[in-house]
Amino acid sequence: MSTPAEKPNADKPYTTVIGLEVHVQLATQSKLFCGCSIAYGAPPNTQTCPVCIGMPGSLPVMNREAVRLSIRTGLALNCRIDRHTKWDRKQYFYPDLPKGYQISQYDHPIASEGCVAIADPKDRFPEKQVRLIRAHLEEDAGKSVHSDLGGGDSVIDLNRTGTPLLEIVSEPDLRSAAEARAYLSELKLILTYLGVSDCNMQEGSLRVDANVNLHIDSGDKKIATPIVEIKNMNSFRAVEHAIEYEADRQHRVWQETGAVLGQMPKQTRGWNDATGKTVAQREKEESSDYRYFPDPDLPPLEISDEQIATERENLGRLPGALREELAGDHGLSAYDADVIVNQGVAMVDYYLAVAAASGDSKAAANWVTQDVLRVLKAREATIDELKLPAEQLAELIKALAAGEAPKPRGRELFDLMVEQDVPLAEAMRRLGIEKVDESALENLAQELLDANPRIVADVQAGKQQAVGALIGQAKKKNPNVDPNRFRQLCLELVAKQG
Amino acid sequence: MAISRDDVEKVAKLGRLMLTGEELERMTGEMQRILAYVDQLSQAETDGVEPIAHPADVHTVLRDDQVSESLARDQALATAPRHSGEGYLVPAVLGD
Amino acid sequence: MELLSLSAIEQRQALEAGDVSAEALTRAHVEHIAATDAGVGAFLRFDGDNAVDQATKIDARRAAGESLGALAGVPVAVKDVLCDANGETTCASKMLAGFRPPYDSTVVAQLKAAGAVLIGRTNMDEFAMGGSTENSAFQPTRNPWDTSLSPGGSSGGAAACVSAGMAPLSIGTDTGGSIRQPAAFCGVVGVKPTYGRVSRFGLVAFASSLDQAGPLARNTGDAALLLSVIAGHDPHDATSLSPLAGNDAPEDFTAELEKPLDGLRIGVVDEHFGEGLDAEVDSAVRAAIDVYKSLGAEVVPISLPHSRFAVACYYVIAPSEASSNLSRYDGVHYGYRTDEAAMRGELEAERKAAAEGDASDIDPTLVRLYRQSRSEAFGPEVKRRIMLGAYALSAGYYDAYYLKAAKVRRLIRDDFTAAFEKCDLIVGPTAPSAAPPLGKFEDDPLGMYLLDLYTVSANLAGLPAMSLPCGQTAAGLPIGLQVMAPQREEARMLRGARMYEAVTDWSARRPPIAEAQG
Ligand SMILES: [Mg+2]
Ligand SMILES: [Zn+2]
Repeated sequence: MSTPAEKPNADKPYTTVIGLEVHVQLATQSKLFCGCSIAYGAPPNTQTCPVCIGMPGSLPVMNREAVRLSIRTGLALNCRIDRHTKWDRKQYFYPDLPKGYQISQYDHPIASEGCVAIADPKDRFPEKQVRLIRAHLEEDAGKSVHSDLGGGDSVIDLNRTGTPLLEIVSEPDLRSAAEARAYLSELKLILTYLGVSDCNMQEGSLRVDANVNLHIDSGDKKIATPIVEIKNMNSFRAVEHAIEYEADRQHRVWQETGAVLGQMPKQTRGWNDATGKTVAQREKEESSDYRYFPDPDLPPLEISDEQIATERENLGRLPGALREELAGDHGLSAYDADVIVNQGVAMVDYYLAVAAASGDSKAAANWVTQDVLRVLKAREATIDELKLPAEQLAELIKALAAGEAPKPRGRELFDLMVEQDVPLAEAMRRLGIEKVDESALENLAQELLDANPRIVADVQAGKQQAVGALIGQAKKKNPNVDPNRFRQLCLELVAKQG
Repeated sequence: MAISRDDVEKVAKLGRLMLTGEELERMTGEMQRILAYVDQLSQAETDGVEPIAHPADVHTVLRDDQVSESLARDQALATAPRHSGEGYLVPAVLGD
Repeated sequence: MELLSLSAIEQRQALEAGDVSAEALTRAHVEHIAATDAGVGAFLRFDGDNAVDQATKIDARRAAGESLGALAGVPVAVKDVLCDANGETTCASKMLAGFRPPYDSTVVAQLKAAGAVLIGRTNMDEFAMGGSTENSAFQPTRNPWDTSLSPGGSSGGAAACVSAGMAPLSIGTDTGGSIRQPAAFCGVVGVKPTYGRVSRFGLVAFASSLDQAGPLARNTGDAALLLSVIAGHDPHDATSLSPLAGNDAPEDFTAELEKPLDGLRIGVVDEHFGEGLDAEVDSAVRAAIDVYKSLGAEVVPISLPHSRFAVACYYVIAPSEASSNLSRYDGVHYGYRTDEAAMRGELEAERKAAAEGDASDIDPTLVRLYRQSRSEAFGPEVKRRIMLGAYALSAGYYDAYYLKAAKVRRLIRDDFTAAFEKCDLIVGPTAPSAAPPLGKFEDDPLGMYLLDLYTVSANLAGLPAMSLPCGQTAAGLPIGLQVMAPQREEARMLRGARMYEAVTDWSARRPPIAEAQG
């Protein structure tokens, strides 16, 4: 793995350099150090106990499942798992942090040195490996909300305090907002495939901070602008916009002040979605001096090779491998493979079932990426909610290929099967589709040819397309006529006459 | 180098303490004497010695991921100096 | 029957035999406390009616033929640092005045399960920081042998109440000597168990990697009994010792107590007899070593070359952990909060006054709330430790202080490992002198710290260590003998101590106040 090459955006006089810190809430039942539930949406301060309130005398005991999910994530992100990992106290005073310190990991993160591959099927940026510095397991803080009781108070809710978080820190390998978004999408996809987090940004299960600065070619010198950390981005779209805004802002500031990296401490700015701007946040006093030291309440954790091997075996299918499988074994385009895999593991399973039952990987891909996704999108539904079993879609594909159902009416049949939750045969019945008997079709063709001698003459003169005019007439007489077969029959009959 | 009164003031802020001028003066002297004693640690030869944070070479025990009952809210808030019935009250965290 | 002079084991026997009721036994102690504690100040809170109530319940259960725990009906006092859901836990600090924890510490839960009558909450140095119990925010405790003297600390109340006969047993905590040193000064037995032997869950932390709760008693048998009740693995404490493979029965330290150790090798540390050791203590301890010799023990000279760094090491690690542990006291979720309205008013005035000048130094309201609450509620020694710890962990000083001390800690531990290859127990003085006068170290915190010279090593190395009486000064003050053992070897340590105790009578000596009848 190497650092991605510096390739300034063609239209910008600088390169944007981005590193992302992602906090992911792990999908455990209970908190990291106590048995309180982490279910979202409970009334304030109803999911706390002496341990997560940090009451005098209380002690933390680590949640086994949180450790397992961290190892699982680390392995899926190609990280090294530290056999001897430990926890440290990160100390600062804040009312949503009841102990006055956060139990986090400083110098022995559970996972380190990983990477995530990103690619753009539309080729807006080259495929690259985004390197990960580390992923460490820590506890979440509570929430402060401004009180509406008046008096300028804040109300502290400690329900979220102690929720297990995995903080995943990338190297500053990203070079554009689009790359940042691709990285986040891929990371979220991997985490979703692993089942380690629900990654719900609205509920705060996935939070992103971005470190951004610019590399500018100024004459013969390379200049780096001071690094800014952007917080408060509530969607991937917000991350993209914030990075774009911030890059532009830093460029302006550099043109005005010439300030470069090292001349000032790292600044923190908050993204305001409404105004579309980043705003300087007030620095917490002495915020940089966290006085990390090993938590004396938690001895180090020993992770065995066996446990790592077990977790590795049970990683299951991951997006990267599945894309290769769909493109390789199933011969899909990279684009189609990407579309299917990005829908999640349930969609991949659906696709694979359709492909297997229909025996036609490509047709299955077309149906899945076009019609299935169209219907799901319109209904804001997931694949599990779709009332069209894979076997039935496969049946439709086979019937269309065999000419048992007319190809032009395939979408109509599909929609009916989905909307009315009926199998293919019933859908065909409801649409009045019947397979037209070959001899009846031949009789119809002969009848129409006999009635249209000019057309016969035209065809005999080499203008085969003249038959087209008969197709419309045939369909009027019998809507189930397969136009291709009918056309073919007409040509054969004219040839016999000739 | 002995700790200065300015250093002591900075550390007081870090530890969220407020010392009067007189307390600051006294604390500076006491810390200077204590640290002068503590500084003998530098005479210990510790090259290649791994630090220990715990007296025994034990490893942490893990608990199963099971939800247990939380405190009732009024019980949790009962110890708070000021609360709203729903949460702990503090001067606005993003105030002034 | 002279109830107050009975040992805990004798009290239990009398209760089991029906010679006395728990109620009568408890009343005798309650009356004695009422009559004498005004002059000693061992208890921060004691509620005689409540204690008698607990006792009558035990009597009723016994009458009903229920099977009762190992301490059924025996009064036990608890240092005010172990949470008890039935009342306040203050750590002798204004910060936690009125704090009622919603849960029991494991130690208190074990005592309740054993049927102990929890007779009261004993005084201590604030948050267990100090060695004289004068750092209590509420009251000093006086030494029962001479009320002008300190009982030692931080478990001064725990040692004094046992010494004065107010309770046969009490629970103390020991971070750098806080059980052993007051035990020595008050002439009782005090045991600091192996780190992790007794659960720390619900023990309000001073320095988490050093704190251990343990028994104070009038003799080793009683101490062994109480230790057996509170020892054991606790899933709520990640630093709790796991049972050794194939041996998860709770350990009964009384079982083989009377059995002398065969071929006992007593380690004597050169460095313990150097500068700073009081001559009377020196000769009492040497006499004790002679007693061991007379019992057939081999005396082995050993060296702990890094022990000279122990106090320096301790006074980096303990304050570092303390500064962190005490961050939770911020006046938000529990504990003391400054008068907020007055504070806001002052802050407003400061801001106005600075309106023309530089206002950058003025705290935001929330920061001031923290600083003012903490400064008003913590005493000077607690502030000193917070300052030392915050400094030792701060950017630029971590390597020179915290990290260096953590390395020296390993060297100190390794010294013991090597020493215990050559001997079974290490014996020496508990404290460099007998009990000092109250107020002696008021302006000399370093002098106070140096009293921990012989005790802090056991905490740094996680070893079990105990103090038992081994003599008296010319002024009639108790002198303590410290016995140390390898990790997990409490049973060996207690048996070794009992060998000495069995042939001497120092443990039987009580201050006159213990005989006073209410
Ligand atoms: Mg973090
Ligand atoms: Zn909890």
